[in-house]
Amino acid sequence: MSSPSDHPAPPLGVIHDIGYRPYAGPRLGELSVARSLFVTGLRNCYGLGRSTKSKVLPVLLFVVMLLPALILVAVMVQARLDQQPLPYARYAMVTQLVISVFVASQAPALISRDLRFRTITLYLARPLRRSTYVLVRFASLAAAVFVLVAAPILLLYAGGVMADLPIGRETGDFVPAVVAAALLAMVLAGLSALVSAVTPKRGIAVAAVIVVLLVSFTAVSAIQGIAVEERADTLAQVAGLFSPFTLVDGVQVWLFDGPASTPAPPEGTGMGILFCIVTLVVIAGSVGAMLLRYRKAAAA
Amino acid sequence: MGVIDAEKLTKRYPRVVALDGLDLSIGEGVTGLVGANGAGKSTLIKILLGLLPATTGTATVLGYDVVHQGAQIRALVGYMPEHDCLPADVAASDFVVHMAQMSGLPHAAARERAADVLRHVGLSEERYRVMGGYSTGMKQRVKLAQALVHDPQLVLLDEPTNGLDPGARDDMLELIRRIGKEFGIAVLVTSHLLGELERISDHVVVLDAGHLLRSCATSEFTHATGLLLVEVAGPGDAQDRMGNALAAAGLHARPRGRLIEVEAVDDRVHDVIRDVAADLELGLVRLQPGHHHIEDVFREGGAGHVQPV
Repeated sequence: MSSPSDHPAPPLGVIHDIGYRPYAGPRLGELSVARSLFVTGLRNCYGLGRSTKSKVLPVLLFVVMLLPALILVAVMVQARLDQQPLPYARYAMVTQLVISVFVASQAPALISRDLRFRTITLYLARPLRRSTYVLVRFASLAAAVFVLVAAPILLLYAGGVMADLPIGRETGDFVPAVVAAALLAMVLAGLSALVSAVTPKRGIAVAAVIVVLLVSFTAVSAIQGIAVEERADTLAQVAGLFSPFTLVDGVQVWLFDGPASTPAPPEGTGMGILFCIVTLVVIAGSVGAMLLRYRKAAAA
Repeated sequence: MGVIDAEKLTKRYPRVVALDGLDLSIGEGVTGLVGANGAGKSTLIKILLGLLPATTGTATVLGYDVVHQGAQIRALVGYMPEHDCLPADVAASDFVVHMAQMSGLPHAAARERAADVLRHVGLSEERYRVMGGYSTGMKQRVKLAQALVHDPQLVLLDEPTNGLDPGARDDMLELIRRIGKEFGIAVLVTSHLLGELERISDHVVVLDAGHLLRSCATSEFTHATGLLLVEVAGPGDAQDRMGNALAAAGLHARPRGRLIEVEAVDDRVHDVIRDVAADLELGLVRLQPGHHHIEDVFREGGAGHVQPV
């Protein structure tokens, strides 16, 4: 080993102020900017790129969401069942509490945050159009909910394939369930994003979304229970329109002849079409209302 | 053509006229925009960013029309709002990278630029912590960093020294001066503190109730005024006796605070002042040329409620 006196080394750790360097590289268009905003929003929904505290709840809920699927697969493999113990299309209904908590906690985190901290000003002062911003925020939230709902269904499907269930039949059940998951994700994202956009206080937005999702489902279940008892079939079916979960369940029953999770799924073409139309109106309506809301927010 | 040009720009709200037929041309370098609260500064900035439509009139920024080419303007302009705008649960480094990407920079370039500008605004290790715990001074630095990260040709800084202590304010002003002089980025900076703008801006625009009160180089504000300021020491009302004697000697003299303001029509005036003081047996304490301060324009123009430093 040489002593320092042998080699008078130059001083280490000198910071050279190289001054300001202009940027001459490419500036990407709106599509790339929108994609980047989408990815960041999706990551943020799961706490990625945010504080450690923000990661706890979404990751926990994601694990809780996967756990029943994992157990079902284990049971199916161990007991050598010849069909899924729980149909793919019913998984979302069974786990709706977990989904509701996820939506209620993450929609305000994504949407109210920009309004409360007024970060929205910085987005609007950049090339992105206001409408693009709103659509991308909605898309990020919908994608996050879709991942949450579809991941356990995918796990069930993979388990079914590994357990040598007939692959054609399983795929035939799996694909409609995924489509229904996408519809449910859009309905939930639309409603919760709208509630969050008009309620910049995060705590209130969380409570409001919970109320909208859980109270509506409880009310619908009660009304359907009574109406079925009283043989008021039409009333029971129409009641299903008023909760996001029963609404999308009805669509999936009518469109794909899937397994129903409510006592009163829509019967007949008219009722089926009504369920589909209401679903689309809810999605388009909440996005449209958000666009109006942000037109006002930006002027302030 | 300037960096910013406005012609007959008017913004009417149902109850109030925020801008009233504003004609304006702003060039390179640092331009200070002065006005009381409600003078129309923030409205002007929003119109220039293409976020708010003007009721009548036209404006161009960097040659782009604010009505039809807002996106092009916003790609080349950085904006630092007056109010808080930073999410509490994100680290400054992640946030500035994200904002660079929102201006169209590819991810790798965004990271590099974010590191650069955070260094320039003087944020070191703290940038990896979430911004919720930042002091006002640190937040202002991040706000400035996000306005610079996409290498804009113009930055609009709305009250950047708001809420800063004197030390942090000096740092911020020095930074703004460097942005204009060394970075080569045009700066429009608003303030209601005139002394600040006098120190850093090449040009000052004064708004009052939506009108252009004055627009000229900072040096014009502070040029020598052709006045001499005189102060004498002596028993009793020495200052008054001196003023009266000067007037009697045929000079235009009037009181200005504790001093006497004398119009220096020629070199002979100095001698007259000396002789008058000697005759009255008063000590001549001060005899200096008077300079304007930016505040004077408010005194002359009658704009109220602006707080001089």
